[in-house]
Amino acid sequence: MLDFDGIRVTRGSFTLSADLSIPTGARVAVIGASGSGKSTLLSLVGGFLPPDRGRILLDGQDITGLPPGQRPVSTLFQDQNLFPHLTVAQNVGLGLRPDLRLSNPQHARVTQVLAEVGLEGMETRKPANLSGGQQSRVALARVLLRARPVLLLDEPFAALGPALKAEMLALLGRIADQTDATVLMVTHDPDDARSFAPQTILVDGGVVHAPAPTGPLLDNPPPGLRAYLG
Amino acid sequence: MAAGILRLTRAEAGGAVVATGLTALIGGTLAAVAWAAQGLTGLGPWDWRAVWFTLWQAALSAMLSAGLAVPVARALARRRFPGRGALVTLLGAPFILPVIVAIMGLVSVFGRNGAVNDGLRALGLPEITIYGWQGVILAHVFFNLPLSVRLILQGWQAIPSERFRLAESLGFGPGDVARHLERPMLRAVLPGVWLAVFLVCLTSFTVALALGGGPRATTVELAIYQAFRFDFDLGRAASLGLIQIALCVGAMGVARWIAVPAAFGAGLDADHMPAAPGGWHRISDALVITTAAGFLVWPMAAVITRGLPRIPALPPEVWEAAARSVVMALISALLALSLSLTLALSLARGRMRWIETAGMLPLIASPLVLGTGLFILARTWFPPQALALPVTVAINAVMALPFGLRALIPAARTLQGDYGRLADSLDLRGLARLRLLTLPRLARPLGFAGGLAAALAMGDLGVITLFGGDRPTLPLQLYQLMNSYRMADASACAVLLMAISFGLFWIFDRGGRLA
Repeated sequence: MLDFDGIRVTRGSFTLSADLSIPTGARVAVIGASGSGKSTLLSLVGGFLPPDRGRILLDGQDITGLPPGQRPVSTLFQDQNLFPHLTVAQNVGLGLRPDLRLSNPQHARVTQVLAEVGLEGMETRKPANLSGGQQSRVALARVLLRARPVLLLDEPFAALGPALKAEMLALLGRIADQTDATVLMVTHDPDDARSFAPQTILVDGGVVHAPAPTGPLLDNPPPGLRAYLG
Repeated sequence: MAAGILRLTRAEAGGAVVATGLTALIGGTLAAVAWAAQGLTGLGPWDWRAVWFTLWQAALSAMLSAGLAVPVARALARRRFPGRGALVTLLGAPFILPVIVAIMGLVSVFGRNGAVNDGLRALGLPEITIYGWQGVILAHVFFNLPLSVRLILQGWQAIPSERFRLAESLGFGPGDVARHLERPMLRAVLPGVWLAVFLVCLTSFTVALALGGGPRATTVELAIYQAFRFDFDLGRAASLGLIQIALCVGAMGVARWIAVPAAFGAGLDADHMPAAPGGWHRISDALVITTAAGFLVWPMAAVITRGLPRIPALPPEVWEAAARSVVMALISALLALSLSLTLALSLARGRMRWIETAGMLPLIASPLVLGTGLFILARTWFPPQALALPVTVAINAVMALPFGLRALIPAARTLQGDYGRLADSLDLRGLARLRLLTLPRLARPLGFAGGLAAALAMGDLGVITLFGGDRPTLPLQLYQLMNSYRMADASACAVLLMAISFGLFWIFDRGGRLA
């Protein structure tokens, strides 16, 4: 269970408040207009933004004060998910040990997860020599390896074409199942929400609403969401 | 609540420590200087003449450098010829050319036995002398003309090519182009160029030491040296130090209103080129470029042709000095790099602006002022001879900080913006972050900054002269050879010094590019 307990953030004239719970293992889409605070919500969970008030709890444990790297959280950003000067294997290996001093079994694990995401034999390549889809797979392999209880996605596949995006979402779904992770995915695309996330969180008017079933919410959107979806 | 996030990260704490230490070092030395000065009453007319000379030679050097640079920059902007790229690169060289080497070159061309006076004698004309105020200004122009040309050339290349195309389509002649495009650009660029040169000449020491002196050509920095070394009058040295600081602070105050461009920089390879008028403009441009290139290359060529063959015959103490200088330059460079990297990384995290100010503090304190202050502070515990080398290393590192920061801060900000969150989210911290992220991503600016720091430290002839002595650096050794009129050895020593300085810069810079 991921709990937002009386969270308030103010940045200039922008305020966001969150009071909700997300059940363990849920797949939740986060939807809302640009500037509504979707990314702010992810930053709060990821530890990049301290709230002015309130706590974030995972299974009853307060994680509000933990630095980003020590949170039980993996994040896929919009871009820059890989270090361009490190090889594929190094980028994935960072998920096991940030100082990359890996044991032989750990190296074997890296090879194994790379195979699982369909990147056999690409260990020594640099990200620049991979396609966009392959780069996403590397990042997903690291998520799989870290196996953190919470997975945050900030539109990581927005730059991919529709077919490739569907493929990545399917792979993501398998990984989330394997690691039993709670997934929060920011998206601009209602179809992504429908296909991937049974539940959707609406961020609107400075409030993070509790998760609601995706289909009914999108079929019968409240006024703020209706204006956004058009 | 969010105390865990708000507490300082290690990088930020490091930056705060370095900045505090730097402020304490510079503030402490300046306080020591101020305390020792005990007012300005100890200053005589001789000292005030030094203040006056410092100001007018800096003003005149800046005017000549900036003024003469305009036709050269214009010619380079509108002409394309084989070797142009090399010439533009060469214009950057004086920045890391050891001052004492350039003086050696100027002496061998403009000195008593130089080619210029040989020519004048052959024509039955009166000889010129390079010693005195004219020599000081000549040397300042030698150093700052190339710098000014590069800066003004940047101005020219910043004019969008569409403007020149439009001017051409409207049938503008060279006069119209000058009036509508070039003069407005120059009005914007020239004050900054003038001030940049003025600031450099304001703290000129080596040039004044070698070519100036006497009542009519002593700068404040040189006067500090004389008070310290000849009269051992610490109070007077300190009073002069206060005046030097006041001059720097005053000039920096003016710089707040005028944008002073960075003294170095790349990106002069823009491809477009303003309309190039033909006819006599063509000839005059060729003449201007040849003269400027000759003025730069001739003195260096004179030193090299004379000194290169003599290098194998250099006495062992020169080689010892060379080895000593290389070690000192490397320590200085590593020190400067670690300090500026720590400061830049903290700044990139973005919450402590005062750190940047601390990093720029060395600009208001000249090397000789810092040297005097450190001597005053440390003399109770250490004999001056023991202080010479460590103080020189430390001051060279501190003086290189502003350049290092200018190269590293933008790169560190980009790094933080691009990969800071990813690294944080993967718990990449401390040494692992340095090894896996920071050093590889910042290798280029680090190499460049390290090269600058090493070359500047290698060629510096400043603080070491205060202590003089039995363990000279290579520049001091060269100065001593020149003073004892061993010109052949001095030439060879100059070639060696120049080669090592450029070599150090090249190795660092190249290393950064390959990493």
